[in-house]
Amino acid sequence: MTELMDQLKEQIILQLNLEGMKKEDIDNDSSLFGGGLGLDSIDALELIVLLEKNYGIKIANPADGKKIFQSIRSMAEFIEANKK
Amino acid sequence: MEAYIRGIGIVSAQKTFNTHDFLSEPIEYNTNSMHCIEPVYTEFLNPVLARRMGRIIKMGIAASSVCLKDAGVEMPDAIITGTAFGCHEDTEKFLLSILDNDEQFLTPTSFMQSTHNTVSSQIALQLKCMNYNFTYVHKGFSFESALLDGLMTLAETDAQNVLVGGHDEITDKHFAISKRVGCWKEESIPSMDIINSKTNGSVSGEGAAFFVLSNEESEKNYAKLIGVNMIFEPENEKEVETKIIALLKEKNLSPSDIDCVMYGISGDVRFDPIYYNLMNSLFQESTSVYFKHLSGEYQTSGSFALWEAAMILKTQTVPGSILIGKNKKERIKNVLIYNTYMNTYHTVSLLSQC
Repeated sequence: MTELMDQLKEQIILQLNLEGMKKEDIDNDSSLFGGGLGLDSIDALELIVLLEKNYGIKIANPADGKKIFQSIRSMAEFIEANKK
Repeated sequence: MEAYIRGIGIVSAQKTFNTHDFLSEPIEYNTNSMHCIEPVYTEFLNPVLARRMGRIIKMGIAASSVCLKDAGVEMPDAIITGTAFGCHEDTEKFLLSILDNDEQFLTPTSFMQSTHNTVSSQIALQLKCMNYNFTYVHKGFSFESALLDGLMTLAETDAQNVLVGGHDEITDKHFAISKRVGCWKEESIPSMDIINSKTNGSVSGEGAAFFVLSNEESEKNYAKLIGVNMIFEPENEKEVETKIIALLKEKNLSPSDIDCVMYGISGDVRFDPIYYNLMNSLFQESTSVYFKHLSGEYQTSGSFALWEAAMILKTQTVPGSILIGKNKKERIKNVLIYNTYMNTYHTVSLLSQC
């Protein structure tokens, strides 16, 4: 799980072009949206594409997005539970 | 139609950004592709927003921001830009992503940022400006079309101050492709030798330049823009001469009233004779200057020329680095810019001292 979370952080930094940020700067349990990393709705779309492209996982119910993208840990748990 | 140039902001291959210095230390390159000296963007852009923006968007926002500040204008009555290629870097990203991923997994950011009007719309978003917003994409006429619209907007509406800009960027891929069709020189060349070049192709360039055009007289004004004309594929040099004379006549001027002519000499031996023809016919008595050895060649390079012309009129100085031959005039009252992109798009702009 730790390895997956580190990998996710690197992918998010690259995909969302979080300049000057390192994976060590992102806390596993901090909120990705709002006060935490400060991501917005466009970033949410980028994260949906990231899950599909890198892990082959589609989010069937958009309403689940809020829970899945709560933090790096929740994303990793979702990937672990759904990867093919 | 006339308008004062009230403020300027320009990002270029020279030290032009956020300064009133006029080429006191011109940067000489030895290259076939010049790139802009980019500002530190944190002063002009929220880092959270900036992370999604390509280079040309950031350059455009920084240049427009400095321009508005220079003019003392907080909210322009219109934002009008001209660009040949728009946001090239993001367009490439988006197209490559389509190819690499077999038309799957397309992300929104590059698509959103790749449209030609992204720069003018991002400026409007930053300013929360809901006024007229237009982008001209007319290849070598893009910037001059924006200028003309700016003049018309001031003449025909209630607008007092309009923001007009030109921007284009060069990317490695675009450079490589356009070099294959003969746009750029095969060899590197020192900037100051461009004027003596005898080979095909020019030195590629890029830039973002913004101007506040205003109806209001002010001591702050740089110059008065009094005419813009565009000539598409003229049949011969005589047609260019005839159209320049016609533009001058409209303004009750003759070639002898033009103290300084700025030529778009690019070092491309195929096209530069056009400029020398004009220099040795209509404008033998005028001071001759040029600009593409400092900016590089790009389809909106007329915006760099406009900056150079406005600075000549404001400062009444002609830096040695842009002079061809001798300065023949003590006082510069009227400047004519004549430029062509690949001998297809010919543009003429006329400025006078305030």
